[in-house]
Amino acid sequence: MMMIARARRWVATTHLSDGVIERCLLFAALSAVTTLVLITLFILREGLPVIFDRGPMAFLGGVKWAPSRGHFGLLPMIAGTAVVTLGALVIGLPLGLAGAIALAELAPPRARRLLKPMIELLAGIPSVVYGFIGMEILVPFIRERGTLGGPGYSALAASIILGIMVLPTIIGISIDALEAVPRSYRDGSRALGATQWQTITGVVLPAARNGIVAAVILGMGRAVGETMAVIMVAGNAVQFPGSLLAPVRTLTANIALEMSYATGAHAQALFATGIVLFILSLALNGIAGRVRAVRKVAAA
Amino acid sequence: MTVPRLFAPRAAQRVAMSVMWAATAVTVGLLLFIIGFVLRRGFGTLSWEFLFASPRHSGALGGILPTVVSTIYVSAAAVIVAAPLGVAAAVYLAEYTRESRLTRVIRSGTEALAGIPSIIFGLFGFAFFVTTLGMGWSVLSGGLTLGLMILPTVIRTSEEALRAVPRHYRDVAQSLGASKWQSIRSVVLPAAAPGVMTGVVLGIGRAVSETAAVIFTAGVALKMPFSPFDSARTMSVHFYTLTMEGISDDMAYGTASVLVVTILLINLGAYAAMNRLTRRYR
Repeated sequence: MMMIARARRWVATTHLSDGVIERCLLFAALSAVTTLVLITLFILREGLPVIFDRGPMAFLGGVKWAPSRGHFGLLPMIAGTAVVTLGALVIGLPLGLAGAIALAELAPPRARRLLKPMIELLAGIPSVVYGFIGMEILVPFIRERGTLGGPGYSALAASIILGIMVLPTIIGISIDALEAVPRSYRDGSRALGATQWQTITGVVLPAARNGIVAAVILGMGRAVGETMAVIMVAGNAVQFPGSLLAPVRTLTANIALEMSYATGAHAQALFATGIVLFILSLALNGIAGRVRAVRKVAAA
Repeated sequence: MTVPRLFAPRAAQRVAMSVMWAATAVTVGLLLFIIGFVLRRGFGTLSWEFLFASPRHSGALGGILPTVVSTIYVSAAAVIVAAPLGVAAAVYLAEYTRESRLTRVIRSGTEALAGIPSIIFGLFGFAFFVTTLGMGWSVLSGGLTLGLMILPTVIRTSEEALRAVPRHYRDVAQSLGASKWQSIRSVVLPAAAPGVMTGVVLGIGRAVSETAAVIFTAGVALKMPFSPFDSARTMSVHFYTLTMEGISDDMAYGTASVLVVTILLINLGAYAAMNRLTRRYR
């Protein structure tokens, strides 16, 4: 009788604790969503007042950023972010896509096992180190090169550094996309007499198109959000990027440069800059997710 | 999408292959160049004294001990936050639910969080931990901020690791009378441990290399942090300050070398852990 009672109690308690455990796990699973909500609430709370105070159009479309005189126009920084992000893609997309094709389609398994971790390591290098390399090598090179010139600290320098920094994102996600293309596609194409390269351009790349587009968009997100490396090489002057050789300031740089001493409306304006950046990141991420989801449905 | 017939297909193939490999070589070459450049210039500065001495004159002389300790302290705090939460979230997603509206929300939320720029985490950490919760610039604020930042990495890798554990492990455990949680705790989680470790180690790597999110949460005080409420300057932040304020080139290269070597070791560790997992189930 004792035994049965004990066994019953054991069953009852394990059952109960399984339920409790599940509840605890759910709670933990919601932590990321909770964090996202908290971030949204806090940057909105800090940043929205100044946006409403000046008017969203004056804030987003204003060309003058002079915090000491109460001018908070964000357009030069939006343009700066756009220029260096596009510049990063011009460099990172061909290099990254070629790297992904080499690793996913051409490399023998042993070479891939060696190369893939190296490309992942590229993502692990601290952004301050990228910025430093840019300052030490790229900026003087641009400044002293006859055909280039200017201060060296420029949209061009930022684009090149960001172009390198987006490589692991573009390569990694493109490889996933290429690997998701069924073997039979390649076999079919080769059986029809196409060369491997014709198969890649004519069959594999079109089939992996959505995944590659997602990789590019996520790479954009990486470039838009990068802060330290950009600050160290972009020059950070508040102006419209008239030339690739002129200094620019990005949205991220705007926040990081002034946050340490900003107070009052100025600090709010930096949080408002954060809101713009936050929405941009969410949008890029959301679009990439959508594009990838389309591929999954098509493959199914 | 056809290649213009400038070359015969075979020749086009050869040219295209060389171009693909050249691009790959450029990418790998950049990695090796960055590491080599930093280590070559920093090598002269590296010594035990550099690691274990206190800095003098704002870091222009002496060593970097407080920044090493700060980095360990802040990263440890981040892991203490992210590892239990992340692994528990992964267990829930991989073991306790089927795909539903709720898991879709959790998954897209996690993915969105992974895409948030670190400077936004810095802003948030400053507004929430530093100001609203009154923790000030401290190890605690920095660690909590970084912990939330690396949470998606830990969740994603842990979930993958759990899903890699074969179905029959659970069936056998439960057929022996173990409850669901017992089978997860004593069979599934240990089996997935290397993969979980990979996620945690990669998270540590991100915490160590992060600058934008810690500079506004842990602060920049160049002294040894004792309590969790002390401000702390991590190696990355110290390195940034040394270069941007032009304090000392030698010290900057030395600090960068320590940083790069640390990241190399961390990535090697993550890679080794991952290999153990895949070898186990292939």
